[in-house]
Amino acid sequence: MTAVGAPVEQAGPRAGWLGRHHIGLHTALIALMIIWAVPTIGLLVNSFRPATEAFGTGWWQALFPPYHFSLENYEHVLGQSNIGTNFLNSLFITIPSTVIPLFVAAFAAYAFSWMEFPGRNILFVVVVGLLVVPLQATLIPVLSLFASWGIAGTFLALWLAHTAYGLPFAVYLLRNFMGSLPREVFESAAIDGASAVTSFFRLALPMSVPAIAALAIFQFLFVWNDLLVALIYISAVNPDNLPLTVSIAGLVTSTGGGTEFLGAAAFISMALPLIVFFGLQRFFVRGIVGGSVKG
Amino acid sequence: MADKLITAAIVVVGVPAVLVGYIWATEQVLRVLPEGRKPRVRPWLWLGPALAFLAVFLIYPMIGTVVRSLQDSSGQNFVGLDNYAWFVGSSDALSALKNNVLWLVFLTLGVVALGLLVAVLVDRVRYETIAKSVIFVPLAISMVAASVIWLYMYQYKPEGAIQTGTLNAAIGVFGAGPVPWLQVQEFSVNTFMLILVMTWMWTGFAMVIISAALKGINPELMEAARVDGATEWQVFRGIVFPLLVPTLVVVSTTMIITALKAFDIVFTMTSGQLNTNVIANLMYSEMFKFGQYGRASAIAVVLLLAIVPIMFFNIGRFRQQEAVR
Amino acid sequence: MVRRFRWLAPLATLALVVGACTTTTTDGKTVTVIGTWTDAEQEAFLAMVAPWEAETGFTVKYQGTRSINDILAAGVPTGVLPDLAGLPGPGQMAEYAAAGALQPLDDVLDVATYESETASGLTSLGKVDGKTYGVFVKASVKGLIWYNPSLHEYGPSTPATWDELTAMGAANQGSADSLWCLGIESGDASGWPATDWIENILLRQAGPEVYNDWWAGNIPWTDPAIKTAFETYMEVVDNSYGGGTNAVATKFDLAGDPLFTSPPGCALFQQASFITGLGAFADATAGTDYNAFPFPAFNEQYANAVEGAGDLFGMFHATDAAKSLMKYLVTAEAQDIWVARGGALSANKNATSYPDEISTTMGGMIANAEALVFDASDQMPSAMNAAFWSHMVSLTSGSETVDEALDALQEVADDAYAQ
Repeated sequence: MTAVGAPVEQAGPRAGWLGRHHIGLHTALIALMIIWAVPTIGLLVNSFRPATEAFGTGWWQALFPPYHFSLENYEHVLGQSNIGTNFLNSLFITIPSTVIPLFVAAFAAYAFSWMEFPGRNILFVVVVGLLVVPLQATLIPVLSLFASWGIAGTFLALWLAHTAYGLPFAVYLLRNFMGSLPREVFESAAIDGASAVTSFFRLALPMSVPAIAALAIFQFLFVWNDLLVALIYISAVNPDNLPLTVSIAGLVTSTGGGTEFLGAAAFISMALPLIVFFGLQRFFVRGIVGGSVKG
Repeated sequence: MADKLITAAIVVVGVPAVLVGYIWATEQVLRVLPEGRKPRVRPWLWLGPALAFLAVFLIYPMIGTVVRSLQDSSGQNFVGLDNYAWFVGSSDALSALKNNVLWLVFLTLGVVALGLLVAVLVDRVRYETIAKSVIFVPLAISMVAASVIWLYMYQYKPEGAIQTGTLNAAIGVFGAGPVPWLQVQEFSVNTFMLILVMTWMWTGFAMVIISAALKGINPELMEAARVDGATEWQVFRGIVFPLLVPTLVVVSTTMIITALKAFDIVFTMTSGQLNTNVIANLMYSEMFKFGQYGRASAIAVVLLLAIVPIMFFNIGRFRQQEAVR
Repeated sequence: MVRRFRWLAPLATLALVVGACTTTTTDGKTVTVIGTWTDAEQEAFLAMVAPWEAETGFTVKYQGTRSINDILAAGVPTGVLPDLAGLPGPGQMAEYAAAGALQPLDDVLDVATYESETASGLTSLGKVDGKTYGVFVKASVKGLIWYNPSLHEYGPSTPATWDELTAMGAANQGSADSLWCLGIESGDASGWPATDWIENILLRQAGPEVYNDWWAGNIPWTDPAIKTAFETYMEVVDNSYGGGTNAVATKFDLAGDPLFTSPPGCALFQQASFITGLGAFADATAGTDYNAFPFPAFNEQYANAVEGAGDLFGMFHATDAAKSLMKYLVTAEAQDIWVARGGALSANKNATSYPDEISTTMGGMIANAEALVFDASDQMPSAMNAAFWSHMVSLTSGSETVDEALDALQEVADDAYAQ
């Protein structure tokens, strides 16, 4: 039932400045890319310079001789005690925290989009409204709950917390996406006798893959880079379960020194989310929806 | 170590299995009900897990917060609207609120406009993945790293000394004096500098979502228009943009809420000093530094009230969307 | 698809729950400790406890984080706490003790020995209602004036008064751009180096009694004595490298670097004893590249007053292992391990393994001070402290006058001390 269309040829000679080969398009895009990349490149260059140089001169000076590149910042970061364990902890925390909300949100989003029930819109708006609840306001009550359930300091606590924190946005995005799927597809499936479950797994879910991929990227990213939630729910009881972000935050000492290592740490930590991003790019393919509806 | 890996593997496979199993289980439960009842009960079963999570982790604390906002800092005595009175009467709080308005307007505008622009442009080039990655990278960097990057960018050295900050060095080429970007309060320049950092990070977010929606637009619709002689701009304005509006509403709403909750950048780069404070930072200070839970809770409730208009707008849109479907 | 996997569901749930609950070691042989020390300081702390671990067979599980305030603020109401923790300050210590979370240490340490070994003035800070709740594991001296001997060596004739300092400083400024180096940026604590200035000036202008009345909220900020201190500070700002604008934009740990450039950016730099491990100081040699003398006097009476600060430690769970560790941490032998590594001073008078002369002198200053006061801003209510920091930033940057700042601070004080 799902049709994955072939990539479509872009517009021809009447394309104007939005056309594929128009110089304006490429200039604009490349200019944007450069502006976006410059700050990061600055950090990248500085991460390969010793601290006195990095603070004393601008990063662009490093591009001219004499070159003083060194790996000392990276060595320092990688040499931290516990960094290996914390990296694995990060993985252990992030993957379930990404997978669980995807499913839970998908079920809810489908119900909100394609099932009729009283109070549907109001309830949905309440769910989305929960996006505004500040994380800090939930820390103490939830920690209390975890303490009474005996799971403070465990990974389960983080999985549950991150799932809940990620749900409002996930439901919002998926509902928007699923809701804009063509009604005819579901109607014809219903006529053919498909149940809600079949419609969901065979139609809604495959057609929502780009949105799910986007969601997976963001949830992975936010959980991977999270510091506060892990710190509050874990550190007092079980420091062995702390993620990579805590190691990185620990590079800065209590008196404020050590900021020169943050650049190297950032790039080490960034590697995995970028891999996830690249890996999921193939799901952003045009034509997954188009082609399943004729006319 | 090995047992951690095994557990991890079980979790990654098991979790989806459990959830799928849940849906299967609900269908079995529904079998016992009469035909008419099924479609009325089913939505609630599907919503169940999500509602349970939200109730426990977000709604319950929020109710507690509303209650706390009516109490004093010790949590023992009921003081009515005193904390709200404090908020309205505190010049610090009001100036923070004013800054949040700036954030709300400019962050949202910046992120959505740029995200849309990039998503549309990038759709048409072969190096799409690379371009998208470049714009996306800032979001992948943690807040800590982003603040380090931009502290380098904004760095200030006295006039006459070598400028180590990228921005000051750049304007120095044109002979302009070094500017202490994060300290200039006139025209809220320092607040705008912070908003700039967040825009740099979050454009990738808008871009990814808008791009996903863009890919979902039936290409045949666009082809038909082109064949009829429409220019690219007309195709965009007449077909693509209207179809993107729901997604733009989602992105805008999310960005507005993000702007209201903006915290990390302000906290790490200026700590809200010199007129850059925002209410999320104020709430954090009141709660964790000063132990003023009543006041912090009042701020959280103010945030909640602030988004009510946006939520009404969203309801209106859903009704519209459904009328059309 | 559903059918294929449904048999996995119950099995998976079980595995999930079992696997997720990683065992928290409550076997009584581990002590969980949280502190603000990370990186090199963390290593120093772990080195300090290593002999104790070897002797007792217990293990220390230490986690360093700068967000210790958040963790304890969330931990005290919910009961999720480590066994031992570095406390953010005497004020918070009192709060945690009042909440019943902190355990009294009177049965854990030999309080009499502790008091005789520790610099007077510091022991009382760890007490609430006569019971000891916190002990000092590390200390520092504030208000030292650092200089580069290659510009001018102050050793033979150290300025004893402020006027002498200004005169000698100006006379020996040489090629330095300005007299003072100043940098007060420090993330969310920006402004604290400026508060140190005010504290040291006020202490020596008006004396320890006024100083203590001031931070306790018994004297208004608008008092002439306070105002004079602020005005003296503004003179320093005017004479600093790059002026107030630069001071506000420069990180405190790098603010002293212009001492070492050629030509130097400044001749003098006021900072606490722990600066020796930061910025350009960390790579420089004590005695040759840098040296220090105590903050000069304003008023003959108060010439020997010293401002100190330190890291307080407290105990949340009175397990046997925790108690044993607490006892060990305050001994001179434990403290010696850390101070030998440099960059830290001990609160214990008998700790003598300082790596260089400057450190020994500074350690002596704490141990033997006639009038030792503790960092004032650390003892103020947190809201007052934060406002103090942020108004110092506004003041230094020139966006406020002294009177405006003092009036604003008094407003905050009226509210903060009433809580």
